[in-house]
Amino acid sequence: MKTLRFLIPVAIFATIGWFLLKGLDRDPRQVPSPLINKPAPAFSLPQLEQAGNWSPDSMRGQVWLLNVWGSWCAACVIEHPLLNQLAENKVVPIVGLAWKDVPDNSIAWLRKYGNPYSVVVTDRAGQVAIDWGVYGAPETFLIDQQGVIRYKQIGPFTPEIIRDELLPMVRKLQSR
Amino acid sequence: MSETADPARLKKLSEELRCLVCQNQTLADSNAELAVDLRRQVETMISAGRSDREIRDYMVERYGDFVLYRPPMQGNTLALWLGPFAMLAGGGLIWWLVQRRSHLAAQASLADRGSAQVSAPPDQAELNNRRDRARDLLRPR
Repeated sequence: MKTLRFLIPVAIFATIGWFLLKGLDRDPRQVPSPLINKPAPAFSLPQLEQAGNWSPDSMRGQVWLLNVWGSWCAACVIEHPLLNQLAENKVVPIVGLAWKDVPDNSIAWLRKYGNPYSVVVTDRAGQVAIDWGVYGAPETFLIDQQGVIRYKQIGPFTPEIIRDELLPMVRKLQSR
Repeated sequence: MSETADPARLKKLSEELRCLVCQNQTLADSNAELAVDLRRQVETMISAGRSDREIRDYMVERYGDFVLYRPPMQGNTLALWLGPFAMLAGGGLIWWLVQRRSHLAAQASLADRGSAQVSAPPDQAELNNRRDRARDLLRPR
């Protein structure tokens, strides 16, 4: 009974401590997307620099990335060389969604930092971004041949994330 | 388009929905660009005659339960909802146990004293103890 009296506060302290410790390396900004393993929301948006609208239906049968960016987005500059490299190696087609951006600024930005995108669509009102549950840039979605979202990267890619998470996922989906 | 949106409903809904950019603010409190967009979305949906529930569901489908300021009662939030009551019950149980024990102890000591007076003569240690206490009490200050 004496040891129990001593152990109870220790156990309570340890439990609280454990939760606090766990909380340290969880990023509250990483909100898991409920859209994973759900069909990608449809849209039809004007293309940057090209006439006509573009819709994700045209990607059926392919594994592809949708990268949400903007010329106003500082973290996108950091991420961009990695996307350029993915495009260069023809790993997977990347579609750019210029989110709440002035088309002229988007065009100038792509001239400056390179254009890894097979298509760029413009979402000036941010309506499609809301449909996709976007809340920051950059965000990147991986969509499979059936048009289902399989993976989402919130914030800029890093070489480690691409190597350890994105590429294995892409290969797995492409080999189906 | 906002002309037909009921401002009271817009206010109520945007106070229930979280701004994803500045996470400790509601849509109503926040001036972040995304919050403005989401408020406009809510407004549009109200004008389109959607119910509060439909609008909340629309947000949850895209942004997850996190977007709701009041978490729904479901499997993964049971601990959140029931935890405080469980802790209250646990505290109550401990309080009851402690009360009962001190009550029992008091009864036991009464019974001890009673039995000591009536049946068995106190042992030598107890006698010494009482003598010392009496001496302490009588000692002049």
